[in-house]
Amino acid sequence: MPEARSITYAEAIREALDDAMASDESVFLMGEDIGVYGGAFGVTTGLLQKYGADRVRDTPISEIGIVGIAVGAALVGMRPVAEMQFSDFTANAMDQLCNQAAKLHFMYGGKAQVPMVLRAPTGSGTGAAAQHSQSIESWLANVPGLKIVMPSNAADAKGLLTAAIADPNPVVFLEHKLLYKTKGEVEVGSYSGGLGSAVVTHEGRDVSIVCWSAMVHKALAAAGSLKDQGIDAEVIDVRTLRPLDRSTIVGSVSKTGRLLVVHESPLTGGFGGEIAATVTESDAFDFLEAPVKRVAGLETPIPSNPELEKGVVPQEEDIVKAAVEILAG
Amino acid sequence: MTAEVLYVIGDGAGVPDNDVPEGLSNKDLVALYRRLVLLRTFDERAVALQRQGRIGTYALYWGEEGTQAGPLYACDDRDWLFPSYRQNAIGVLRGVAPSTVLAWWRGYGGRHGFWNPREHRTAPICVPIATHLPHAVGLAWAAKIRREPVASIAWFGDGATSEGDWHEAMNFASVFKVATVFFCVNNQWAISTPFSKQTATETISEKAAAYAMPGVRVDGFDPLACYAATSQALERGRNGGGPTLIEAFCYRLGAHGTADDPKLYRDESEAQRWRTLEPVNRMASYLLRLGVLDDDDLQSIGAEAKKTIAQAVHEMEAIAQPGREILFDHVYASGRPWSFDEGLAELQGTDRPPAVKPLAPQPGPSTGDAEAPAGT
Repeated sequence: MPEARSITYAEAIREALDDAMASDESVFLMGEDIGVYGGAFGVTTGLLQKYGADRVRDTPISEIGIVGIAVGAALVGMRPVAEMQFSDFTANAMDQLCNQAAKLHFMYGGKAQVPMVLRAPTGSGTGAAAQHSQSIESWLANVPGLKIVMPSNAADAKGLLTAAIADPNPVVFLEHKLLYKTKGEVEVGSYSGGLGSAVVTHEGRDVSIVCWSAMVHKALAAAGSLKDQGIDAEVIDVRTLRPLDRSTIVGSVSKTGRLLVVHESPLTGGFGGEIAATVTESDAFDFLEAPVKRVAGLETPIPSNPELEKGVVPQEEDIVKAAVEILAG
Repeated sequence: MTAEVLYVIGDGAGVPDNDVPEGLSNKDLVALYRRLVLLRTFDERAVALQRQGRIGTYALYWGEEGTQAGPLYACDDRDWLFPSYRQNAIGVLRGVAPSTVLAWWRGYGGRHGFWNPREHRTAPICVPIATHLPHAVGLAWAAKIRREPVASIAWFGDGATSEGDWHEAMNFASVFKVATVFFCVNNQWAISTPFSKQTATETISEKAAAYAMPGVRVDGFDPLACYAATSQALERGRNGGGPTLIEAFCYRLGAHGTADDPKLYRDESEAQRWRTLEPVNRMASYLLRLGVLDDDDLQSIGAEAKKTIAQAVHEMEAIAQPGREILFDHVYASGRPWSFDEGLAELQGTDRPPAVKPLAPQPGPSTGDAEAPAGT
C-alpha cells in the first residue's frame, strides 16, 4: 500500500499541480492573484516560490485573455492550468471556452489539440452572494468537446486533476469552496485516475442517490439518517459530468429501483434532468418502482444572507425527506 | 490626430517612390509580386466557384492581397500566422495546397479541408471576430517560456478592435512583452458599419498608446509598406521589445462576402475611387518602372497562377463526400465520446448515432498529415 496521510482538498489540488509541474515542463499556471497571494482560496500558495513567475503567472483581470491565451499556448503543446478566481467569472470567458477551446480540435480536423485545464472555485455557502456562488456545471454540460470534473474529496481531487492535466482535451475542473478545508486520506506521490468514471461511495439496496461535489457529503449524511429509519441508500458520486459514466448510474438504479438526484444548481435545466433522462431511457426503466425525484437549488440567485443561503440549496434533511417520499411510493 | 500613412510605392506621377525597404532584392520583389498574383487569382476563382455553387459562402479579399503577402514576406518560417476569414488563403503562401483551402470553403473537412497548423505554422481560418488574438498572444508567450525565437502575427479588421478579445489580447501582450504583431487591416467597413460608427478615434494606430506599444500606420494598398512595418515589428518583438500594432489603412473594395451586396449601404463610387490604388496593378506598374519585370513577365506570372488554381479546383472536386463518422472523430482528442461511456460496442448495438463504415483513404492533395514538428 502506498503511504497516505490526511490532508485538505486544497492541499491535494496543490499537490497535483506541484507534481505535474515537477514532472512536465510544459505545465504552467495562470490566473488572477495566484502568485504571491496564492489564489483567492490559497490553492496555489508556495508554487510561485518553487517554480518562478514564468510558470506561475499572475495575470491582468482579464478572463477572456486568460482562457484565450491558455488556448493559444495549448495549441503548441503547452499544458496550461488556468484559474478563474470564481467559477461565476467563466461567464466572461464563455466564448473562448465553449466556442474556441471546446471546438478547435474539431475545427482543425483533429490536427491540433487543446490540452488545457480551467480550474474554478464553485458553489455557495460562503456568503459570497449571487455573483460569486453559483454552480455552473449545467452551463457547460451542453458543450461537446469539454470535459467537466467536480471532485467531492481530497483523494479524488488529486487523482482527477492529475488526469485532467494529462488529458489532451480542455477540462473544466470545478472545486467546491466548502470542500477546500475538508480533509481526507491522500496517497503520497503522483497518481491519476477517475476521469470519466462515477463511483459508488456508499452501497445500499433501496434507493440510488446520485450527486456530485459538495452534495456527496450531504447525501452520505442523509444515508446515515436514512439507515436509522430502515432505509438502505446507495450514494453515487458522479465525479465527471462530461463524459458521464452512465453505466454505473444505470447499474445502481437497476439494483435499487429508485432514483434520487441531488444538485446545488437550480432545478430547471440542471444536470439532474440529464441523469433522470439517462435512467428512464435505459434498461433501468423497467426496474423503476417509483417516479424519479430531484432535489436541487431553488429557482433564485444565491442570497448573501447566511440562513437564506442555506435555504436555497439542498440540505441533508431535504435529501432524507425526498428519499422517504420515494420509498413511500 | 491623423497619423502619417507610411508608403513605399508612389503613383508613377506626382507621388515619388520611396526607397526599396532594406533587405529586399529585385528577386524578392518578383517573388512578392508572384504571391500577390497567386492570392488575387485564388480569390477571383473562389468567387466564381461560389457563384456556380461549387463552394459555399466565401469571404473575398480582393484588393487586400498586399496586407497579406507583404507582412508574410517579413516573417521567418518559424513565425506563426493567425489569419481571419479575410486572409483565408494565406496558408497557400506557406505551402498549404490551395485545394485544401477551397475544400474548407466547400465544407469538405475531415481529411481534406484542414491543414496541419503545426506543419505550416498557420492557424486555421478564424471566422468569429477577434477570438484568435488571445491565441496568438498565448502562442508567443509559450515561445517566450521555451526561449524559442518565434513570433506570431495576427490579422484582423477595424471592426475587431471593438471586441473585448482584442483589448484583452493587446493588454496581455504588452504586459508580458511577447512577440506578437497585431496587424489590423482597416478597410473602413465592417459589413455595413463604416469606420466612423465603429470607433471614435480617428485612427486605429493611436489605440496602441493605451497599451504602451508602438502603433504604426501604413498604406494598406502598398505591399512594401506592409512588409517594412512588419519587418521592424518582428525584429523588435524578437529582441524582447514586445508587441506592435500595425494599421494597414485601405478600403474594402469588394463585398464583405458572397452573401453581401454593398450597394445596399454605401456609395460604390467611393469604392471606385479607391480602386485605382489596388495593390496588384500598383506593384506591377512599380516593377515595370524599376525595370525589374517587363510585360511578358507579367503575362507569364499571371498564366502560371491561373494554372495553379485551375489544378487546385480540379483537385478540390476530386475529393469524395466525407463519411458521417467524421462527425465524431475529433470532438475529443482522446477518441470518440462513447469510448468513455458505454464503449464502442454499445454504439454498434444501437441505431443512435448512425453506424457508419470507416472512410477509406481518399485520393486527393496533401492535407498536411505529416508529423508535426517539435516546439512551437
